[in-house]
Amino acid sequence: MPWDRNQMAARAADELEDGMYVNLGIGIPTLVANYVGDKDITLQSENGMLGMGPFPFEGEEDPDLINAGKQTITELSRTAYFDSATSFAMIRGGKIAAAILGAMEVDEKGDLANWMIPGKLVKGMGGAMDLVAGVGRVIVVMDHTNKHGDSKVLKECTLPLTGQGVVDRIITNLGVLDVVEGGLRIVELADGVSEDEMRAATEATIVA
Amino acid sequence: MKKIYANASEALDGVISDGKLIAAGGFGLCGIPELLLEAIKASGAKDLTFASNNAGVDDFGIGILLQTRQVKKMISSYVGENAEFMRQYLSGELELEFNPQGTLAERMRAGGAGIPGFYTKTGVGTVIAEGKEHKDFNGETYIMEEGIFADLAIVKAWKADETGNLVFRKTARNFNVPAATCGKVCVVEVEEIVPTGSLDPDSIHLPGIYVHRIIQGSHEKRIEQRTTRKKEDA
Repeated sequence: MPWDRNQMAARAADELEDGMYVNLGIGIPTLVANYVGDKDITLQSENGMLGMGPFPFEGEEDPDLINAGKQTITELSRTAYFDSATSFAMIRGGKIAAAILGAMEVDEKGDLANWMIPGKLVKGMGGAMDLVAGVGRVIVVMDHTNKHGDSKVLKECTLPLTGQGVVDRIITNLGVLDVVEGGLRIVELADGVSEDEMRAATEATIVA
Repeated sequence: MKKIYANASEALDGVISDGKLIAAGGFGLCGIPELLLEAIKASGAKDLTFASNNAGVDDFGIGILLQTRQVKKMISSYVGENAEFMRQYLSGELELEFNPQGTLAERMRAGGAGIPGFYTKTGVGTVIAEGKEHKDFNGETYIMEEGIFADLAIVKAWKADETGNLVFRKTARNFNVPAATCGKVCVVEVEEIVPTGSLDPDSIHLPGIYVHRIIQGSHEKRIEQRTTRKKEDA
């Protein structure tokens, strides 16, 4: 059985090590926070916060305390606030160990597309381009194929890029792939997924 | 010099007019200068360019100036929450310059720090890099981005003292600090003006040198996405 959303998030959480400062994107990446267990992980929210806590209890929402997805959240004992320029200085400056992000397409050179579909409503890249260019390690979590069954793991991205050569690891419902010299290397297969199935669903070159 | 004004309209007197480039603080609807935006609407100034991370929603924030067609151009990173914005953009009535969020923040910071341009890796190999100078440093390619030197900065803080020293609250600090620094004139709205000397000098987030005019008012502080958990889940 391919992994479901929660299993993908749990697998992504395995990438995180004690002491890391991490930025989680919207969607499945947000679920990663539920699976970090006892690890000492500090979550960054790029609108100006380190040490992001869970959603507030009903009635305790604070309009001055939101995450980058504009959702009301809470602070922790370790929380620090700062302005947007400082926030992106720590992102661009490589202080954030990893970003876990969703994607529309990824390719074998590590190019990532996750902000724009030509002809469709463009909302903007937000902080995604800064994150992928700046953080230590970029981990993409997404379904391996789109709703038409076409591979999202490509030889070359067709959509406008968010970053070029920025992706380190891809976690999908079928397994885990690393971006290496010459293509992608299979690191792990989801339980019950064969290598043939992984290869069939992947347009990108898979190297041994 | 007296920095405290009676209301938002008085605080904008002589500094708002057609065609101005305005840097505005806020992220989503959090920490936006809502009273000053209302006053800009009332001023009728048009053909305005806003450097602002977002464009508000239809009936709040910069959205209210889109409804009155006072905005010519937006410099933003994300505009997804505003239907009227999209309508004007798609019909060609409104110009839009997308900036990556960190690039926008740094452009404001740089402008305020007297830096006309800087190099960044953000956006290399994407549409953002098209037409921009590329330069290699230590084997890596960067693109040049320009500082923003705004005619006017409008920001929202939590508290100000009478000399304009500012304290922000939680994530409402966001773009307010870099926006404040890059304006020739910076007008600030706060929830409370406190006597000079009552703020801890070690805890000032933005020194009053950047602040020219201050108003105190009551804020709606609208929540864009109310997310909660139940006590029994904890």
